[in-house]
Amino acid sequence: MKKIFKNQIALALAGILAGTSAVAGTLVINGDTSDPAPKAAFQAVIDGFEAENPDVDVVYNLFDHEGYKAAIRNFLSADAPDIAFWYAGNRMAPFVEAGLFAPIDDVWADQGLYSLMASSAPGMTMDGQKWGIPYTYYNWGVYYRQDIFEDLGIAVPTNWDEFIAAGETLKANGITPITIGSKYLWTAGGVFDYLNLRTNGYEFHMALTSGDIAWTDDRVRATMANYQQLIDGDFFLENHAALSWQEALAPMASGEAAMYIMGNFAVAPLKELGLDDSSLGLFQFPAITPGVPMAEEAPTDTIHLTAGAKNPVDAKRFLAYAARPDVQTAWNKALGQLPTNAGAGVTDDKFLNQAFNMLNNDAPGGVAQFYDRDTKAEMASIGMEAFQEFMVKPERLEKILERLEKARQKLY
Amino acid sequence: MYSYWKNNQLKIAPWIFLAPGIFMFSLYVIFPIFQSISLSFYQWNGLGTKTYIGVENYIELMDDEYFFVSLKNNVIWLVLYLLAVPAGLFAALFLNQTVRGIRIYKSIFFFPFVISQVVVGLVFSWFYDPSNGLLNIILEFFGFDTIAILAEEDYVTYGIIAAGLWPQTAYCMILYLTGLNSVDPEQIEAGRIDNARGWRMLWYVILPQLKPATFIAVVVTIIGALRSFDLIDIMTGGGPWGSSRVLAYYMYEKAFSEYGFRMGYGAAIAVVLLLIMMIYIAMILYRLYKDEKGG
Repeated sequence: MKKIFKNQIALALAGILAGTSAVAGTLVINGDTSDPAPKAAFQAVIDGFEAENPDVDVVYNLFDHEGYKAAIRNFLSADAPDIAFWYAGNRMAPFVEAGLFAPIDDVWADQGLYSLMASSAPGMTMDGQKWGIPYTYYNWGVYYRQDIFEDLGIAVPTNWDEFIAAGETLKANGITPITIGSKYLWTAGGVFDYLNLRTNGYEFHMALTSGDIAWTDDRVRATMANYQQLIDGDFFLENHAALSWQEALAPMASGEAAMYIMGNFAVAPLKELGLDDSSLGLFQFPAITPGVPMAEEAPTDTIHLTAGAKNPVDAKRFLAYAARPDVQTAWNKALGQLPTNAGAGVTDDKFLNQAFNMLNNDAPGGVAQFYDRDTKAEMASIGMEAFQEFMVKPERLEKILERLEKARQKLY
Repeated sequence: MYSYWKNNQLKIAPWIFLAPGIFMFSLYVIFPIFQSISLSFYQWNGLGTKTYIGVENYIELMDDEYFFVSLKNNVIWLVLYLLAVPAGLFAALFLNQTVRGIRIYKSIFFFPFVISQVVVGLVFSWFYDPSNGLLNIILEFFGFDTIAILAEEDYVTYGIIAAGLWPQTAYCMILYLTGLNSVDPEQIEAGRIDNARGWRMLWYVILPQLKPATFIAVVVTIIGALRSFDLIDIMTGGGPWGSSRVLAYYMYEKAFSEYGFRMGYGAAIAVVLLLIMMIYIAMILYRLYKDEKGG
């Protein structure tokens, strides 16, 4: 008890000091890189920056990844750091609208980012200004058991019929085609995103997630019909609503399931579970409606200059540093993800090479952030909950779409 | 001045002693209650400016099916959670004997209350796990189909309540065990002589003497049912598709979760929850008032 109290005092004092002693040269960064790899990766970035700029002392306040999402609202309005971690797309809209982030068009111009980061620029733009530096992004796709596909003579599916046929072959061999754990909802959002992107294309998907299209629209129904085909065909793991995404990795590793519609972050845990480059593969989600250009999902993580920054000069130096190609190369190598700067090098890795190629050459339709980053927050939670319900109770389709439409009309 | 103090000492002294408590209570309980009532008439995302929207949040609540699911679950919680009271009573009666090592058994029975609700939630999630959980292994052994309790909208609330009953029963048991210590042996003797045994002894002789313990047990259980937040968060996060939420959890989701930050709407839910609690608070206060008067 006594010790906790002491720590609290120390923390409070640290807060006061950080808040008041805005001595030139102290740069306060708040972030959520709480997992081991991202934490080490960002520490290396800080060390590199300090080595190059000995006059700046970086103070990094590390938050738990989940707790950060609530904390950022408090610290941005109460005692803002100079730089804060966040996400691109609609997720940053509330902070931009509330005037808590500051635009950094000058950094973009100085560093030539308009051309070097052209692909992630739309996600950072609001009101015609740039509101942050994207430092990493990662692909989504269908991760699959390459060895099982080879054993059963299944070719990588490139269209919907082949995809369904592949699933049928897997089922005939007692293997669940797709593993998923929908307990925390967002995994179902990924499946919906891909089905909608492939059925109706990127433009439609973005219009739908921006609230411009009714959920009872026939084109949404077409997406849901494809979804239902997978559900009725028992393509998804049973009891997925009781499982987290991590728990759903196990059937994939043991060979009870053969595909996982997931982000790049699933590769590391799958390899820990015993899969390697020969047993694990990645393919692009197959085309559904012929002629619809392929679009991909690639959520981008970002850092921002806050409006309340006490040391904006050094903060901009840091942001410029974080945008540099050599820094992004090293940073993303440590993260196992893709750099946003086109001048940066991609780590030589089977999945990253493939993903980089997929995003840069095979996604002419566009790159979406993710369902819960492209939609308004409240709509996202209602939507993802609806997808989970639909996956278990597909017969409620009509009711679910009406509920989503009601929410859309209220929220947009 | 001195004489004023002297003349009114008896009147003033209690207020001086009460002052710190009254101050704290007003600052941390009374004031926030009115603050959230007033907040429920606004639209506010926690960052920008507040917009007064009158009773619109309440109108929206009336049209919100998730709200009614949460309300229904709250009622289920309130009713079923009270099972902890009789269950605790029987555990206490069972353990209220002088056998060698009884203290160890008592400690073991009390154990679930000592461990954190988070641990209880995790243990029960594993117990219910559809593929490796003990429950389904047992069901399979007897030839039943497996069932993923936490993924079924019809069972999930009951599954969580069952987890909550485990520590709550232990709590009620301890309350009854202390109550049983103060049961008057002479009255039991007298009951024996009048040929009361078994159920009649329990109902007419023991239970009336345990009335204070029962009262406390009911109160803490109702409070426990209304605070059923941690278990829901750990075991299901309100799912599947929101079917295990209660009002407190829904309020949290709307106001503070990753996808929420509708402070006004959350406050409106909190006000409804407060009204439900007021029913119980009024009952308890009335009861205390009556007791004080009687005693």
